[in-house]
Amino acid sequence: MNNMERLKRQENIRNFSIIAHIDHGKSSLADRLLENTRSVEGRDMKAQLLDSMDIERERGITIKLNAVRLKYTAEDGEEYTFHLIDTPGHVDFSYEVSRSLAACEGAVLVVDAAQGIEAQTLANVYLALDNDLELIPVVNKIDLPAADPDRVGAEIEDVIGLPKEDSIHASAKANIGIEEILERIVKDVPAPAGDPEAPLKALIFDSVFDPYRGVISSIRIMDGAVKAGDKIRMMATGKEFEVSEVGINTPKQLAVDELTVGDVGYISASIKRVGDSLVGDTITGADNPAEAPLQGYKKMNPMVFCGMYPIDSAKYNDLREALEKLELNDSSLQYEPETSQALGFGFRTGFLGLLHMEIVQERIEREFGIDLIATAPSVIYSVDLTDGTTISVDNPAQMPDPQKTERIQEPYVKAQIMVPNDYVGAVMELCQKKRGNFMTMDYLDDVRVNIIYEIPLSEIVFDFFDQLKSNTKGYASLDYDLIGYKESKLVKMDILLNSEKVDALSFIVHKDFAYDRGKAIVEKLKKIIPRQQFEVPIQAAIGQKIVSRTNIKSMGKNVLSKCYGGDITRKKKLLEKQKEGKKKMKAVGSVEIPQEAFLAVLKMDDD
Amino acid sequence: MDSMYVHIPFCNRICTYCDFNKVLIKNQPVDEYIDALIKELGQYDKQHLKTIYVGGGTPTALTVSQLDRLLKFMTEHFTVTDEFTFEANPDELTTEKLDVLNHYGVNRVSLGVQTFNNDLLKVLGRTHNFDDIFKSVNHLEKIGLTNYSLDLMYNLPGETFDDIDMSLKYVKELQPKHISWYSLIIEPHTVFYNKIRQGTMSIAGSLEEGEKYDKVIAGLDALGYPQYEISNFAKSEYESMHNKTYWLNEPYIGAGAGSHGYTGSARYYNIKPVTHYINNMNEQGSVVKEQLELTKNDQYEEEMFLGLRLNKGVSEVRFNEKYGLPVDAVYGDVLKKLTEKNLLKRKAGHIYLTEAGRMIGNDVFMEFLL
Repeated sequence: MNNMERLKRQENIRNFSIIAHIDHGKSSLADRLLENTRSVEGRDMKAQLLDSMDIERERGITIKLNAVRLKYTAEDGEEYTFHLIDTPGHVDFSYEVSRSLAACEGAVLVVDAAQGIEAQTLANVYLALDNDLELIPVVNKIDLPAADPDRVGAEIEDVIGLPKEDSIHASAKANIGIEEILERIVKDVPAPAGDPEAPLKALIFDSVFDPYRGVISSIRIMDGAVKAGDKIRMMATGKEFEVSEVGINTPKQLAVDELTVGDVGYISASIKRVGDSLVGDTITGADNPAEAPLQGYKKMNPMVFCGMYPIDSAKYNDLREALEKLELNDSSLQYEPETSQALGFGFRTGFLGLLHMEIVQERIEREFGIDLIATAPSVIYSVDLTDGTTISVDNPAQMPDPQKTERIQEPYVKAQIMVPNDYVGAVMELCQKKRGNFMTMDYLDDVRVNIIYEIPLSEIVFDFFDQLKSNTKGYASLDYDLIGYKESKLVKMDILLNSEKVDALSFIVHKDFAYDRGKAIVEKLKKIIPRQQFEVPIQAAIGQKIVSRTNIKSMGKNVLSKCYGGDITRKKKLLEKQKEGKKKMKAVGSVEIPQEAFLAVLKMDDD
Repeated sequence: MDSMYVHIPFCNRICTYCDFNKVLIKNQPVDEYIDALIKELGQYDKQHLKTIYVGGGTPTALTVSQLDRLLKFMTEHFTVTDEFTFEANPDELTTEKLDVLNHYGVNRVSLGVQTFNNDLLKVLGRTHNFDDIFKSVNHLEKIGLTNYSLDLMYNLPGETFDDIDMSLKYVKELQPKHISWYSLIIEPHTVFYNKIRQGTMSIAGSLEEGEKYDKVIAGLDALGYPQYEISNFAKSEYESMHNKTYWLNEPYIGAGAGSHGYTGSARYYNIKPVTHYINNMNEQGSVVKEQLELTKNDQYEEEMFLGLRLNKGVSEVRFNEKYGLPVDAVYGDVLKKLTEKNLLKRKAGHIYLTEAGRMIGNDVFMEFLL
């Protein structure tokens, strides 16, 4: 392609994302756009094509990104190249969202015609505005009985400032308004800027590891061009590679000769781990490098940590291999070996958030077949010691003694909660209970309220979202940002089983809540830990001081009594069932503890 | 083959705890069932058997002539050399029926006493009462059938430790040769199960159950009935040969609706519903519902969790003879772990449960699943 051709092509490229809350119809709309353009053959269509991992499909959320090239012939008779860039749908992955938005010039904002704007959508709208994206508002699901597109259109105008006349009324399910959306993408979303003759600048907005080809990164070319055989450099890490292939997603991967300004596609360069091709980093030419990288790169640091231990200690090496494999594909996953007196050898593992944590744990159990015990998640505390040094503590068991501690700081987030006004009281009560500081409250319209609190991250981690949902009948939506560290009066609570401290059960709690939590957790553990062969005292202690205690009574009898007229098969089935239950337990000293016990600290407010 | 179990799935009343294969006898095709059962029995080779056990349901729910017909065929076709047991309900063991049993060589009766407390008998839905127990024992003794077993239960709803004392008292008085004393298990599809789920009935938790079990074991031991299996106790020389077939993992024939049998390499079971059983026998000439071939691992597992029910335990020599490898080759680690925890003991070529192990037998057995 010569330069003129490149510039001509550039004119007709449109890069956009879809911003939507879960269930507001992002995937259905994406499917419709694919169907209404020339991209996928009908027979290749799987419902909700963009969500490719099993876990994503099951949970109805997108974790890993995808970008698809579509060809669209507009009413003006020109053929346009669309790149639809998917965004992950969860707050844990907001940085990935910001990078995929940075790869676009526009975004289709999808809002459910009955539900209205949700907190997560608004957070992503702000990200889109930060990236100067042109927004196309779509009020979706207008065919539903509860739909009120005029109200929602007005809400979009009030909250985001997009005139309600601009909103497209659509139903992705019923194929209403899709043509209009496609035309508006052509008219409203600007063609990509950038100079095909300038040194290469390509934004990495996703990286996945392929066991046969190495890392495959999704990129958007901002300046220059790249083709197989080029020498490239990652500007953040300085590492250099030779490009083995560039291509586009149709959505099947299809190798092309080159990618140039405005193009969205993939690049592979025999890169061994995703850590060498980080989301947000800029790819440039090794021989003719750009002067400065694209803005906005940051290394993502885990916010939540937990200990992961194989139930069968012989599987320690398997667990390490599993983590190594997952790390190839997940640059935000961190882990290092850790030893627990109670649980033996395992790993302290860091995640972007709770969902990220659950997904990793689930994948280890499912894809690698390792039964895990995971300790309750913890945030990173910053601890000033009396000797003048400051340490970071990501494992409650390692919190120093109070005598050696000058002060403890914990991470706080700004939490934005959107909720119908009937539930304002419930939300405030919950936030108060979770040590939140009230900041502001705004009415979005007659009924919907946006409430802002500053809350310790540890409280968000501890079951906040589930409680928020249940206290508001599922209406509330939540988004949060880390805002920094604040001093708190925190203490470490230890749990003793059979008079022995179980380090993996220690947790950090605010002094004012310590006694109640101590009491609640011993009672909770009493219910969760099955009876043992002997009586087991459970104690909660702060330092040497016992705050609460109770006993797990010893187990009585457990014998399959009758021989059922020679029905041995049934007997065996009962034993197998019992054994299955036991598989999920870890022997700590002489006490068998089920996984639930380690998470008991999270769910204490249930009863 | 040394043993055979024969099932009579009829009862005059359904007990509130029972989940065995049984139906109310009223309006049932009992004669057709006997015909079908005779056909099934006839399919086995004529042979000598060491033990036959006729259970139910309630075998004594059959009429005198039905009993006569069944026993006539059984004893013509099979020769019982050692132990021929019939289960009986105290109120149904009339002199006439007992005469028939005696005539055909039944030499052991398992009497479904359950408890001596009339109130508890009512709760259990039994048809007999305290007096019936003594009447039936009188009948047995009169006829000289002194080898009988009392079938008892504990941990019944509303039961106290005094009830166990009462049972022990009458055991002492009656001097049966053998006692089976089972803990009540709440099974799905029973009246008890539903009542407990609705919260209208409750039974003691496993702690009290354990204490009662201790009392049963110690009480019977003091009366000269040492425990020889988890729920079985006998005067010396009177351990049930038939039940030991199960626990020693030896083959047995299972005949009748819903019966289970074991060929030594496969387990099979018969069609359960009475009418299906009859129709299949008449139309297909077969009543086996399913036969499951056992793998080597299945066999090791069963050898262990059945054998460990016996106080004497599993014989290492027998294991080696049966399977051609030492028990340690399969279970070395498990045995080491469980003996260290003092749940198992190994002595004189036997592996057996300790007292602590017996209390939580299932947790021990579970460890032997491969």
